[in-house]
Amino acid sequence: MLTEHLITSFISTAGFGIIFNVPRRTLLQCGFVGMAGWCVYIVLSINMGIDVIPATLAASFLVAVVSQLFARLYKVPIIVYSVAGIIPLVPGGVAYDAMRKMVENNYTLAIELTIKAFMLSGSIAIGLVFSEVVNQIIRKYQAGARY
Amino acid sequence: MHVHPNGNVEITQICLLAGKIMLASGAETYRVEDTMMRIADAYGYENSHSYVTPTGIIFAINGAVSTTRLFRIATRSTDLQKVTLVNDISRAITRGELSPEEAYKKLKRIDSANLAYPVWLQIAAAAISSGCFAIMFRGTWPDFLPALIAGGIGFVSYIYVHRLIPIKFFAEFMAATITGLLSYFCYQAGLGNELDKIIISAVMPLVPGLVITNAVRDLMAGHLVSGLSKGAEAFLTAFAIGAGIAFVMSIY
Repeated sequence: MLTEHLITSFISTAGFGIIFNVPRRTLLQCGFVGMAGWCVYIVLSINMGIDVIPATLAASFLVAVVSQLFARLYKVPIIVYSVAGIIPLVPGGVAYDAMRKMVENNYTLAIELTIKAFMLSGSIAIGLVFSEVVNQIIRKYQAGARY
Repeated sequence: MHVHPNGNVEITQICLLAGKIMLASGAETYRVEDTMMRIADAYGYENSHSYVTPTGIIFAINGAVSTTRLFRIATRSTDLQKVTLVNDISRAITRGELSPEEAYKKLKRIDSANLAYPVWLQIAAAAISSGCFAIMFRGTWPDFLPALIAGGIGFVSYIYVHRLIPIKFFAEFMAATITGLLSYFCYQAGLGNELDKIIISAVMPLVPGLVITNAVRDLMAGHLVSGLSKGAEAFLTAFAIGAGIAFVMSIY
C-alpha cells in the first residue's frame, strides 16, 4: 500500500511542477520532495495512528527542510521545491466536507470542519516557519564558526 | 565596479525589469526586493530602497543624483522557470560577470520569452495528478479514471474560461462547477466507487498552493501588506472553488 502512495505522490507532485512551470531539470527533485512529505504524513497518520494535525506539521517541516537542502544544492529559488511539495498536504478533503455540511444546512458540523481545515493550513504554515528558523540558526552558527 | 554619472537611471531600469519579471511570475515579495537591491549593490549603488506589493514596485536609488521609479504589475501568473532564470542572472551580476548592457539585454529576452510547457502537457499533468490524488486520498483504483477525466477537463475549462473572461474568480468558479458536474456524471455512469474522493482529487489542480506558501513566507519576512493581500487572494480562490462545488452539490 505504501508503494502505491509513494508512486502516486511522486507523479502528482511532479505534475504540479509542470503546472507551475518549474525548470525541466528540477522536475524529478520536485517529485521527490512531494513524495518525502507525503510518505511522512501517511506513515504517521495511518500506520502509526497519530492525529492528522501533528502529522501535517511533521510532513510540511520535512518538505521545507528538503526544499532548502535542494535549493542550496542546485542553486534555484526555494519555492520551486516547497510549492509543489506542500500541495498534497493542503486540506482539500476537510474543506470539501465542510462545504458539503454547509450545503446540507448542518452548520454546527460545517463550522467544526472549517476550523479543522484552518488548523491544518496553520500547521503547514508553522512547519514552513520552523524550518526557516532552523535554517537561520544553522546559517548563524556557520557564520559564527567562520569568524 | 565603475560608477558613471547618471548611470543610476540605467541601473534602476535593470532592477525594475528584474523585479517585474520575478513578481509577475510568482516569486515571493522578499526575494524580489532582495534581488533588486543586490543588483543595485553590485553595480555600485549601495543606497537603494525597494518597496514591493503584489500590484506594484517602487524602487529608489539615493545619492548625489537620486532616482525613483514606480512600476505597476497588472497581471500575475505562475512561471517558476522565469524566477529561476532571473535569480541566475542576479547571481551572475553579483559575481561581477555581467555588464549592465548585457544584463538588460538578457532580462529583456527572458521577459518576452514564452518558457511555459506546452498547454497539452500542462493539461495532461493536471489530469494525471488528479488521478494520482484519488489513490493518495485513499480512494480505490476504479476512482482513478473518473478523477483523471474530471480533473483534466476541469483544468482545460479553467484555462479557456480565463482566456475568454479574464476574471480569475469566475474562471475558478466555472472550472470547479464543471469538475463537480463531470465527477457526478462519471459516478452516475458507473465509473468509480466514491464520489467524494473523485471530486476532491479532481479539484486539486485548482488549489492555490503557490499563493498560500508565498503568503506565509511574506508574512514571516515582515511584508505584512503583501502577505495579507496574498492571503486574501488565496482565500478568494478557495472560496470560488468551494462555491462551485457547493453549487453542484445543491443540485443532486
